[in-house]
Amino acid sequence: MSTELVITDLHVSVEDQPIIKGLNLSIKQGEIHALMGPNGSGKSTLANTLMGNPFYTIDSGEVTIGGVDILDLEPNERAKLGLFLAFQYPTAIPGVSMANFLRMAVSAVRSESSNGSDATELIPMREFRRELRAKMKQLGVDESFARRYLNDGFSGGEKKRAEVLQLAMLEPKIAILDETDSGLDIDAVRIVGESVNQLIGPNLGVLIITHYPRLLNYIRPQFIHILLDGRVVESGGWELAELLEEKGYDPIREAHGLTETVAEVEAEETLPSLRV
Amino acid sequence: MYSIGTETELSSELNSNPPYEVQAGDFSREFVEHISKTQDEPRWMRDRRLAAYDVYQRLPIPKTPNEDTWKRTTDMHVQDYWRRTDLRPFKLDRYHPVALSPSESAEGAPLPDTLKDRLTSLNGDTGQIVQQDGIVRNVALAEDLERKGVYFADMNTALKERPELVESHFMTKAVPVDWNKFDALHGAFWQGGYLLHVPKGVVLEVPLRVFVALSEAGRTDLSHTLIVADEGSQVTVLEEHLSGDTDTPGLHCGAVEILVADNAHVNYVGLQRWNLRTWNFSTQRAIIGRDAQLRWVSSALGSRVSKLNQESVLAASGSHVEMLGLTFTHSRQHLDIHTYQDHKAPHTTSDLLYRTVLKDRSRSVWAGMIHVHPGGQHTDAYQKNDNLMLSDHARADPLPGLEILASEGIRCTHGATAGPIDKDQVFYLMSRGLSHDAAERLIVDGFFEPVMQRISLESVRSQLQQSIDHKLAM
Repeated sequence: MSTELVITDLHVSVEDQPIIKGLNLSIKQGEIHALMGPNGSGKSTLANTLMGNPFYTIDSGEVTIGGVDILDLEPNERAKLGLFLAFQYPTAIPGVSMANFLRMAVSAVRSESSNGSDATELIPMREFRRELRAKMKQLGVDESFARRYLNDGFSGGEKKRAEVLQLAMLEPKIAILDETDSGLDIDAVRIVGESVNQLIGPNLGVLIITHYPRLLNYIRPQFIHILLDGRVVESGGWELAELLEEKGYDPIREAHGLTETVAEVEAEETLPSLRV
Repeated sequence: MYSIGTETELSSELNSNPPYEVQAGDFSREFVEHISKTQDEPRWMRDRRLAAYDVYQRLPIPKTPNEDTWKRTTDMHVQDYWRRTDLRPFKLDRYHPVALSPSESAEGAPLPDTLKDRLTSLNGDTGQIVQQDGIVRNVALAEDLERKGVYFADMNTALKERPELVESHFMTKAVPVDWNKFDALHGAFWQGGYLLHVPKGVVLEVPLRVFVALSEAGRTDLSHTLIVADEGSQVTVLEEHLSGDTDTPGLHCGAVEILVADNAHVNYVGLQRWNLRTWNFSTQRAIIGRDAQLRWVSSALGSRVSKLNQESVLAASGSHVEMLGLTFTHSRQHLDIHTYQDHKAPHTTSDLLYRTVLKDRSRSVWAGMIHVHPGGQHTDAYQKNDNLMLSDHARADPLPGLEILASEGIRCTHGATAGPIDKDQVFYLMSRGLSHDAAERLIVDGFFEPVMQRISLESVRSQLQQSIDHKLAM
């Protein structure tokens, strides 16, 4: 049965500043959606809120995965339900090797217990290694990655590839890619795009959050949504991406009677995930 | 059965070996003499004990952080030694020194289970010493090491078998008796501990192990470590301090002296795992010769209050020391460490990394000093202390220090950090399925990793990991 992520009338604020203002969106397993919006439209807020970052305050609305309301769940419980977020700025964790971390993560996500308890048994080392090696090969990731400390001293491109590797290992039902193309040169965008393409199939639903359409040249979405001022203002097909590529956000903004305000930009600058 | 002799005979027998009732707090001159007599020590040792006793009596116990008694030390660099450790709750008269008699060394309280496990897991090709409540319980050294001339025995035996070695090195070169009251106390009342002597050119592949345990209430451990590594020798020593149970009060007042001769390599690993009712005082000092190396790992996990002075003297050109510290405190533990990288000769290098994790209401102090003497041209010294706080109520005081009196080709780097666990890191790991606790554990493991990866002994790493896991689960 296909699992669906359903966002209904979601309102989110940061330090009393409303950012998401009544957002509706549904993504099924096997579908590829792109959510496009300019800076300050609430893209990262949405990604972090869906994953359960405690920094954001949910004012109202509902988010379900397979019918289960997730807004009161811990991030690890959401991960167990099959949600994955590829971070725009993955956090470095010095001293923790990629392999060690991934083994714990994979074991936790696949374990039977629903509460993500500590008693999670690790999957056998041999089995894990075999799987990791296969996934690394599939994605063209160097095996030395496994021994490196998680995102520590990684280049921008390496960080994004590490995120895609985690996505491949954790096999979520719904994956959110938060500005996965940001900060990458065109070659790196291509490599990351092709990696994600490898993973796409009937069991994976993808929400690509992006400012620029360039990643979409490699991962072709079936659905495109425009996010402005905390709301999805337009939804459609590939023609929307082409319109954006050609004319930018201004015509859409004007059509919805919106002007870019200073307050929105400031609000986004206060988000912790946006610091470099 | 005694046969009845004349009164004179009887009294002279009593005088030569008077029965001594051990009393808590009996750190008296008479007791010093009693120890020396029961151990049948040479006169010079008795005199040294008594001289140390005079110093002990002369120096005040530093009472409060505000009183200036903490200033009353002879050496400039440890002037504020007691400043951050409050000794008011410490009552010496609750503890008693060990009254050794020849019969006592054979018996004593049963070994704690933790020690029994250690004994059974011993490898036959090395050496070990087990000491409990100040009494040596087991001394073993592999035959081939003995044949190579390695000497490894408890200090009382060493006094008889290697008197000249003990006389020339015991508290004469590395740890003087007059730096603070507890060093003097140690010099006067020391019992147990060991002498390790590795002769010129001898290389030991397998680590020697020492277990020092406290299990009886109120006992004091005053064991002395003396490691003499002759020219070109190599040795690894793993010394572990542990308590028999979790709630027996105890006192450790120790001294560690490590003498690394030219071209010698010494690895010294100290694991301190006293229970939370033990007071721990120790001065530990190494003197490192020309082109010699010391790798010194110091792990402090236990004790209620600990005041430690760890010094490395880079005494001759080309000498090198690596000082690694791994500390994890919880509850109301108070661990206060002074470190000193003493560059006295040119072309010497030192590298210090101490990492501390704090839980609950615990507190750590690290005061480090790199001292480059006028003769220490071309020194390369590094010093870093990082603290990770798992609780808002924990407190860490990292105090790095530099004193550079040479000018040519000096490179000194130092730094210190202290901060809570990074919420972004926790969120990141949780988003991958790890529970909050598992995320925190992984971050702590990662924090200790730079120290862990430089510990070459797998057995030590896994033992430390167990202790860390245990602390995290509490």
